[in-house]
Parts: sequence; C-alpha cells; structure tokens
Amino acid sequence: MSSDVMAIQTAEGIADRPWVQTLHEWVTTVDHKRLGILYILYALLFLVIGGIEATIIRVQLMRAHNDFVSPQVFNRMFTMHGTTMIFFVAMPLVFGFANYLIPLMIGARDMAFPRLNAFGFWLTALGGFLLYFSFLGGSGLYGAGNAPDVGWFAYAPLTSRAFSPGHSTDYWTIALLVSGFGSISTAINIITTVLCMRCPGMTLSRMPLLAWLNLVMAGLVILAVSPLTAAQIMLSIDRYLGGHFFDTQAGGSAALWMHFFWIFGHPEVYVLVIPAFAFASEIIPVFSRKPIFGYPVMVAATICIAFIGMSVWAHHMFTIGMNSNANAFFVFTTMAIAVPTGIKIFNWLGTMWGGKIQFKTPMLFCIGFLFQFLIAGLTGVMMAVAPFDWQLGGSYFVVAHFHYVIVGGILFCIFGAFYYWFPKVTGRMLSETLGKLHFWLFVIGFHLTFDAMHIPGVLGMPRRIYTYEPGRGWEIWNLIATLGAVIQGLAILIFVANLVLSYSRGPKAGNDPWDAWTLEWSVSSPPPSYNFASIPTVSSRRPLWDRKHPEDPDSRYE
Amino acid sequence: MHKITDKAGWGVVVGRATGILVLLAGILFAAGLCNASPSDDNPVPSIFQPHSTPAESIYHLSVFVLAITAVIFLVVFSLLAYAVVKFRNKAAGAEREPAQVYGSTQIELAWTIIPILIVVVLFLATARVIHAIQDAPKPATAVEVTAIGHQFWWEFRYPVLGIVTANELHVPVSDPVHPTPTFLKLLSADTDHSFWVPQLAGKTDLIPNRVNEMWMDPHQTGIYLGQCAQYCGTQHAKMLLRVSVDTPEAFEAWVRDQKRTADQDTKEIAGRRVFETTACINCHAVGGTAATGRFGPDLTHLMSRSTIASGAAENTSENLRLWIENPDAIKPGSLMPAMKLSDADLDALLRYLETLR
Repeated sequence: MSSDVMAIQTAEGIADRPWVQTLHEWVTTVDHKRLGILYILYALLFLVIGGIEATIIRVQLMRAHNDFVSPQVFNRMFTMHGTTMIFFVAMPLVFGFANYLIPLMIGARDMAFPRLNAFGFWLTALGGFLLYFSFLGGSGLYGAGNAPDVGWFAYAPLTSRAFSPGHSTDYWTIALLVSGFGSISTAINIITTVLCMRCPGMTLSRMPLLAWLNLVMAGLVILAVSPLTAAQIMLSIDRYLGGHFFDTQAGGSAALWMHFFWIFGHPEVYVLVIPAFAFASEIIPVFSRKPIFGYPVMVAATICIAFIGMSVWAHHMFTIGMNSNANAFFVFTTMAIAVPTGIKIFNWLGTMWGGKIQFKTPMLFCIGFLFQFLIAGLTGVMMAVAPFDWQLGGSYFVVAHFHYVIVGGILFCIFGAFYYWFPKVTGRMLSETLGKLHFWLFVIGFHLTFDAMHIPGVLGMPRRIYTYEPGRGWEIWNLIATLGAVIQGLAILIFVANLVLSYSRGPKAGNDPWDAWTLEWSVSSPPPSYNFASIPTVSSRRPLWDRKHPEDPDSRYE
Repeated sequence: MHKITDKAGWGVVVGRATGILVLLAGILFAAGLCNASPSDDNPVPSIFQPHSTPAESIYHLSVFVLAITAVIFLVVFSLLAYAVVKFRNKAAGAEREPAQVYGSTQIELAWTIIPILIVVVLFLATARVIHAIQDAPKPATAVEVTAIGHQFWWEFRYPVLGIVTANELHVPVSDPVHPTPTFLKLLSADTDHSFWVPQLAGKTDLIPNRVNEMWMDPHQTGIYLGQCAQYCGTQHAKMLLRVSVDTPEAFEAWVRDQKRTADQDTKEIAGRRVFETTACINCHAVGGTAATGRFGPDLTHLMSRSTIASGAAENTSENLRLWIENPDAIKPGSLMPAMKLSDADLDALLRYLETLR
C-alpha cells in the first residue's frame, strides 16, 4: 500500500493525473470503501448480464413450442442466470455494501484485514471471469465452447462425466470454488471487524443493526460455503480422480449431493436476505422519523433465523422420498423459522406506526419490500407444508416464490440502499424523479411477471423446461410474465441512467442529506480516505440523534 | 377530509391494491380454467382439480393453508396500508419529530405467541397428511407398477401382470368402496427424474440407486397429463406423461393386449428384417423376437400408444417416419439416433412397425 496519503479526489485532481495511475490505485487498493465500490460495480455489470439471460428465457417461454433458442442454449441460460445472480450479483452486492458501510458505521478507519479484503474481492472477480470463460473454453456435451447447462444446483449424477462430458461443468465447479474462498475471506473480515474494531462506547447493544445483521450473515457464510466447497471438491474427485461420491452407477449417492448442496443453499438465502433486512432496518427508521421498534428483539430474531436456518435445508428435498418422520421434522423447522421472520415485519411496521413517513425513493423501495416480502413469506409457508410442496415443488410456483423473495424483497432493499447511500459514496443525490420512475416501473413489471408466474405452477408447469405444450392453460400467464420482464428491464435502464447522470450532475448532498442518526452521516460525502479525523465516542444507538437533540438523548431511554 | 399533500402515500396504496387485484384475478381465472368439463379429458393438469386420494388430501390441506395465509396477509397488509396513509408526513418543513417509541414488550410478546400457535396448528395438520399419504398400507388388490426413468422417456413394468410398456401408463379406476389403487416403485436408469401428474398425486422423484414409492387411486376415468418435474438433461421438457385411467373392463382388455407377444406371422418380413439387422435391436425390444434392447422403449405394442417420443409427437405414420429419419426435428437432444436408412428400408420398416399393435 502506498505510504502517500491518498488525496481527496476532486474533479480537477482526477483530470491532472494520468488514467493509468488512477487505474493502478483502484486495482491495488485495500481501502474498504474502494473495494466496496468495486464489488458493487462488478455486481451491477453481472446484473445486466444475468438480466439478459433472463430475458432470453422469458422470450423463449412466452409461447408454447417457441423456437427462439434451442433447448441446449436454453438450458445454459437458466443455469448461468441462476449461478450469476446468486454468486456474482447478490453476494457481491451484499459484500460490497458491508465493506463500505461497516467501518463507517462503527467508527473504524478500515476493515480488520484490508489485504484479505482485496484478496476476497479479486477471488470473487476471478470466479465470475472463469464462469463466463466457459462460453469460450468449456467443451461440453454439444461441442466446443459451452457454458454449463446442469442447473444452478447441478444435481448429481447429471454432473458426472457420463452425463456431462467435456469441461463446461468444471467451469461451474471451479468458479464457485474460487469465489467461495473469496466469500469466506470476506466473512472472516466482517466478523473480526465488528467484534474488535468498534469505537469507544459502542457496545454490541449500541451497534447499528446493519453491523449486527452483517455479523450474523458472515457467520452463516462460513457455515454454509464450507459444505459447498467440500461438495465441489468431491465432485471434481468423481469427475477426474476416479471417485464415486455421487456416481450412482458405482454405488454413489445422488441424495448426498443434494444434502451438501442444500445445507449450503438454504443458509445462502439467509446470507442474501439478512443484509437486505439490515438496509430496511436503517432506512425505515430514518424515513419514519422514529427509532427501530424493538432493537433487542430484532437482534435476537436474526440470530434465531440464523440458527434455525441451518436446520431447514431438506425442505428443498421433500420430493426425494425421505420417510414421513424426516419430512415432518423439516416441516416443523421450516414453519418455525417463519416466526422470527414474521416478527421482523411486525417490528418494521411498528417503526412506521406513529411516525411521520417521508416517501422518498429509499423509503418507497422499503415499503415495496415489506409488501412483497410478506407475500413471499406466505408462499414459503405454503411450501413448508410438505404435501403442498409435493405439488408445488419443482414447478413455476417455486420459481415465482423465490423471485418474489430475491427480487421483490432483497433487490428492492438493495435499490433502497443505493438511493440512500449513493449521496454518501459520491457526494451527490440521485434524481428523485428518475428514482420514482424507476420504482413505479419496476413495481409494475415485477408484479406482472411474478404474480402471473405463480399460476402456471398451480396448473402443473414444471421448471427448467425450454418449451411446453399448448392447451394446458399456461400460455397466457407466460406471456404476461414476459411482458413484465421487459418493463423491469426498462426500469433497470432508468436506474443505471440515474446512477450515471447523477454521478456528475446530481445536486450536492452534503454530509447528512437525510437527517439520519448513524456515524457515517457525520463525515463528509464522500468520506475522506481515513474516514474519521478522530475516532468518535458514542453513548447510544443513535449518536447523531444525541448530537442533534442534546436535550433528549437516546442514552436516557436505552 | 385530509388534504393529500403527498400523493406518493396514496400512490403506494393504490399500487399495492393493484398488485392484489391482479393476483386475485389470476386466481379466479385459474379457478375458472379448472372447471373444464370431463369430456375435455383433463387438458389442464391443475393441482386444484384432484381426482385421486393423495391429490385430494393435498388439495384439502392446501385450502386450509391458503385460508390461514390469506387471513395473515389481509391483517398485515391492512396494517401496512393504514400506516402508510395515516402516518405519512403531512406538513412540509421543519417540525417536531414524532414520539420516539423504542418498543413494547406486551405487543412484541403478542405478535410472537400468535404466530407460534399458528405454526403449531399448521404443523399438526400437515403431519397428519404426510403420514396418511406416505405410510398408507398397500392393499392386496393394488396394481403394482415399476416406473423407471430414462433420459428422456418412461419405462413402465407391471411385474405381477408381466407387462412392459413405455410413456403411457394405464391404471384401473379405483372405486372407493372396493379400492384398486396403483402402487408405483420409482427407479431411474440414469439421472434424477420426477413423476408428476398433478391431478392424481404429488410428485415423487426417481433417483438412481434408490427406490422410491408412491400410490394413486383415481376416482374418475379419463386421460391425465403430467411430465417429468426434475431437470434431467437436454430434453427434460419433452419427457411427458399420459395416464389413462380405465374402467376395470377396459383395463383388463388392455392388459390382455399387452401380454400378447408380437405377431410372428407378420407379412411385413422385409421391415422386420430391417429392424432386426440394424441397430434398432440394440435399444429396443419387441416381445417374442430377437429384439431385446432395454435402452429405449419397448415397441411390442407401439401402435397402442397415442403418442411417440414420450408425448413429444402424435403417433402418426408421418411422425414415426420423421422420428426415425431425423429425431432432432421432433426432440433435439434426445438419445434416439437418426437411423440413416434408405427410403425403401424406411418404408418397409414403417409398415412393420405399424403391425406392432
């Protein structure tokens, strides 16, 4: 790391320096803020790519017996869409925001391990590159240069050499193995930072909820990514070193892969959603002008979710023929997890209740999140009922459910986070007009697509099919879903335009445009490279509230 | 009464309401679709039109669950809509902050206990149905079928009756007074598959190196549609299922026909020779002949089926010709190779195949 103090970047300053120097600084940075931005930009690029893959899927499915793409291409599209969105969009976004915000919110100058931080980012970046290199380099079932087509959960034995010859599957395996180590690095960093680097006065019970929730998320990452990494290694041993872990032709077990995958896969969705909860928990109070309702229970509920979340994985396997007692166990744990999750929705409602709600764009997205996450949670409860899942599982009902969670819940919170913290990161406000246009278009498109998508599931349409028979009642709903996808794409373009235009032409934000209460709003926008001139001391959960309201500080009531 | 100074508040409520209306409309539409008359032979494989006990138990449980979740949704949504309208910031400009409330133990206790009670009720209801379906004893009158999943077709063997067929399953209708359910053992020859005929039962997977079981007791004759529900490779989408629920007499007749071996005195000797001296017999079997291949469907009674290629095309001579000449035109990526026969050989072969009734 350069021993020079990093100059505060003014527009004039940038113009003076050769672009190679700027590029070099960014590539070699260990500053948590720059790494956070790198993660987020990386994720936005893959969001667009994953969205194109989704659009191809939707165009192919808008009519029965359509031939927009071949089955081979379609199968690659849904595999790449799922893998990209989970590992190279959602996770980098989560890590990017965590990296940027945690030190600022706990009064630290950087993460605990800045070099490990950079290492984690570049491993993730390499993973994404490897996955997409498969389009060129991965000889597959159909000849040279093919992306994996085994589905994002790559069930055995479809992934064995017998059924997936060539190397396309290996690009999937190695890309996730590599980025998995990046994720674990970042998780270790987050845990250490939150536990060891809080400023004076910030006990764990005075930490912003975002820090708490990311701490829990990081613990889950370590618990969840490890089995996936083990499974990737076992699969590679099967494919190249004569192993038979999952090779059913030689006595191996297909169900073993499922257990390994889903003991990763279920906690993984909590890894994605808990940081989204963190954004909601920071934004909703500020725009309701009240503190979060029930801070201790919010923390306890999140820890409960994390624990119980490690015990529900086989609800993805209700149809594989486990015995009735095993199925009943997983029904119970899955229903149990709905309790702490539901509680959080009530707490956010309680925060809004009696407040003075300001409908700025970040808050609009969080209200959308509340509505959609409620529905998503309820369709999840439906599928926790194993017999109901025997019908709905593996169908478009599930696809609708998890997109409701990930797009309607998580992505909405992430959009809220963008509009909320963009001023802090860049020093400029995003356009409210474009923001509201983005919000409304996206809501309309989202509901057209994902409300409609539940119905073909109920009418018998399985997932991962490149075409379907006419006359089963599925066509109209698929057509509506495709229409909604186009509208969502348009909304994303408006969002990207907003980001680009506001970066140079948005109104100046100042330190604290939202009149908020956590420490990041006490420094300039963008913050100096050292974050805080002097490390602050706090005496409550809302240090800036205490500063702004010295006659009525929070410390009196906590 | 209130001046709506901030339109976004109402906008959010209207947006939410629109979303619900779309969803409701959809459900009603689907319900309407579900009332197709039996003479349509069940073209829409809806889970809400069950015709067999497992599917019916699931249906009744699902209505109960939907009712509970609908109530929860209405309660929480009303509170959200109310909060968004009632507590919107009415006056612009700097004003006092609202009362800073940090929590309430009683309220939080209430909204913890009530969901726990709902979970207990739901769990008990669910556990009952799980056991009723999965642990149902097999009566002596049950028809036994072994279903073997292949890439990308279904093999059905009736071990007691001594029949082998493919893709189109025949079962007898089951009279509740004197039940004759069908119990299936599910195996796989290659990758994971899943047997899903929504109107007859929930889906159960076919997993290699594992034996799964399921059962159904259809109460109404007719054709029921389904398809493979676990991604198994390129042509997962066209691994379709047709279940023909027959009257007891029709089922007996079908069984008798299926037990016959192929007609040995067929006059289509030329076609039979083509079949038995090319690669056809490596994959296909015709009962009573030298063809004993097991990789592809048994063709002994090919013409008794209404579709070929596991439902991908109707069983017509045109389609049969196309399937043998260029299977990729019907099901690209299926494991049927293009046989590269001369026109004369193909004509003869087709005439032979059409004798396999």
